[in-house]
Amino acid sequence: MATRLKDTDVVIIGLGAAGGVAALPLAQAGLEVVGLEAGSWLTRRDFAPDELRNNYRGWPQAVQKANQEIPTSRATASAATGPRGNIHPMQNGVGGTTLHYWAQSWRLNPWDFKVVSETKRRYGASRIPKGSTVEDWPFGYEELEPYYDKIEYEVGISGQAGNINGTIDPRGNPFEAPRKRGYPMPPLRGTAFIETMTTAARTIGWHPFPGPAAINSRTYQNRSACMYHGFCNRGGCHVDAKNSTAVTTIPRAQATGHLKVVTRAHVTSIEVDKNGKMTGVNYLTDGVEYVQPAKVVLLASFTYENSRLLLLSKSAAFPSGLSNNHQQVGRHYFSHHQGAPVSALFPFNLDSWYGLPAQGVAVDNWADDNFDHSSLDFIGGANLWAMSDKRPIGAAGMNTFGRVPGWGSQWKAFIKENSDRSHSSYIQKTTLPYEDNFLDLDPVVKDPLGYPVCRVTAEFKDNERKIAAFSQDKMEQWYREAGAVAVQRAPVGGAMGVSTHAYGGTRMGDNPETNVVDRFGFSHEVPNLGVLGASTMGTSGARNPTLTAQALAWRTAEHLIKNWKALQGTGD
Amino acid sequence: MTFISRRDLLKRAAAVGAAVDVARRLQPSVEGATEGSAAEGSAKAFALDDHAAMAAAREPLENLTATESDLLEAVVARLIPTDANGPGATEARAAHYIDRALGGALASSRQAYTAGLAALDTYSRSSRGKAFTELSTTDQDSVLIDVETGAATGFTGSSAAFFGLVLNHTHQGTFGDPYYGGNANFIGWDLIGYPGIRTMVTAADQQQLEKHALKPNHKSAYDYETFTKAGKNGH
Repeated sequence: MATRLKDTDVVIIGLGAAGGVAALPLAQAGLEVVGLEAGSWLTRRDFAPDELRNNYRGWPQAVQKANQEIPTSRATASAATGPRGNIHPMQNGVGGTTLHYWAQSWRLNPWDFKVVSETKRRYGASRIPKGSTVEDWPFGYEELEPYYDKIEYEVGISGQAGNINGTIDPRGNPFEAPRKRGYPMPPLRGTAFIETMTTAARTIGWHPFPGPAAINSRTYQNRSACMYHGFCNRGGCHVDAKNSTAVTTIPRAQATGHLKVVTRAHVTSIEVDKNGKMTGVNYLTDGVEYVQPAKVVLLASFTYENSRLLLLSKSAAFPSGLSNNHQQVGRHYFSHHQGAPVSALFPFNLDSWYGLPAQGVAVDNWADDNFDHSSLDFIGGANLWAMSDKRPIGAAGMNTFGRVPGWGSQWKAFIKENSDRSHSSYIQKTTLPYEDNFLDLDPVVKDPLGYPVCRVTAEFKDNERKIAAFSQDKMEQWYREAGAVAVQRAPVGGAMGVSTHAYGGTRMGDNPETNVVDRFGFSHEVPNLGVLGASTMGTSGARNPTLTAQALAWRTAEHLIKNWKALQGTGD
Repeated sequence: MTFISRRDLLKRAAAVGAAVDVARRLQPSVEGATEGSAAEGSAKAFALDDHAAMAAAREPLENLTATESDLLEAVVARLIPTDANGPGATEARAAHYIDRALGGALASSRQAYTAGLAALDTYSRSSRGKAFTELSTTDQDSVLIDVETGAATGFTGSSAAFFGLVLNHTHQGTFGDPYYGGNANFIGWDLIGYPGIRTMVTAADQQQLEKHALKPNHKSAYDYETFTKAGKNGH
């Protein structure tokens, strides 16, 4: 028999990037918030600079919920299921994956909100890729700007503004949309190699700039500046300079006295009454069942688990899963085409042993609609990113550029000479949703409790592959200008698989026939259920999703506060 | 943990037939010999000193059988050889790392090692007429190329998968943190010029690195008391 807990105003399922942000405005407004987090607290003592543990094994967390629910994946509905990973890209813990993410914190560009209308206006309707279900967002960049600004200051983002109220600053990104003010911290420092790449980009007429990061470039909110020690990639910060929600918004929400953090809470379903109104959340802690009644639930458990939990929460009112009477849960799924990198070999050391993936130089000339696509056969583009990120095991596993075998004395001589002379780019490309890319429940694979895991059915289509090939050309040009003596490209397409940049499944839009949540992130079918995270995003842009997911989360929370009586459904 | 004397260690090793054929392993590699006799000479001198010490210090096996361990030692010695460029996977104790990890973080690969190492030896005998450990280094390399390319028979699935598994774990055992039993004496990090684990790298440190003036500090992550120690076998 489940223990029924005291009623609360709001339950947030998952205290990660999005849930951890939404908790702050809600608690500050005086609403009683219970944050259910599957993982536990981790602190700086847990964040050893240990490549084997961080990058090759699991993580130090005691809770392995995510790793027991790794989605299965296949390219198409008729393809065989591919090999299942053994580590989930996201992690349980207060702060979620913001504990170990790269912390690149980009705003989307205006085009990303208006892909359909802008493409039609500039190139004609025929240029929308066949089979894509892409829609314009229900609002434009201007609507989200104040929330981007809010997150940049509340969480703490370092970076160089390129466009303040329409005034272009050539040190920043000239393609960025107008912002009201600059970042609260200057960008992370450079290195000699980053300077080499910056100069090379300028020489070919591009506009390089340092990228934005949720990492302190100087002391901020009484927390340390970055130590550049080199273990930021899938590593937590030993000086709390990475602005995870565990050291920023969550502790501030707790300080109000209105956020109760419940760790080791394994949520199994969301309950509704016979009228379809959400009544509370069921969870397990160490096998003991609890019911947490709530007036409003915000689901913030990352894209795969958001869709899965809705599909698992079946009831008389929602026989095919919560908020799924329009069969839209799991639809419009896509993950960023982050793959297809280009690697380069230089005839000099890059001195990249100490750095972090958010420390580098970006080029946006070939992103979004920043260039004329009239004579091209795709829409969208890519952000090119050259970063400083290297550790020994990864360095030893470097691309050998076809020059030596993969082992033996020749290989050993090669890596002795070149392990600090190779570089691999990070190219994030526009990725669109398609009618046959989706999430559902796996018919075979189950978690230890017996619940089906999420299944990904998705592949990169022509448009994504063409962007990849185009952006690889640009990346090679950049590397060659910087002095590379060999360049290799990875294959450009294939199955999407399981990703940290996973979008859709509970898309946001005005039309309930094609979207799960409305323009404020609340379910079209269950008014007191909100959804947070990139699962609500209908386009990816060419940049990391976290800042946008966090801006949307703050906006959803603010909407809830302003409309509390209407949304909780009691009318009192 | 019970203290075990060196004499006990040697007795145990002998009892399970795990005595290391030090002389055979000290053969400089074929490639090393072609790369310059002066370098070869110093590599050989290094290997003799270091290897004698290593053989004497060999700890009891934790998971592999003595036969499996000898095979694995012979394989890793070819993957990252001791040669003109200095010590390799043998001195880094990569096989020791794998042996220990197979009881923890790499436990899911235990069966793959049992089957793969047995298949390697069977293939070596059937295709080259000798046990793998008895082959010349040139012949060992040719067998390993067959395994790497998937051409070797008798493996569960493709032999290439087993090769990839061992190569990855050999990298981990040579270039990973010494805390886990490999990368002995920071051999792997010195090979690639990694200047070591630091908790703070100032702008001045970065400039020293760029002038090739930042000295390796030879520290494990867990030499810093500030960090909670990871389980040596598992997570």
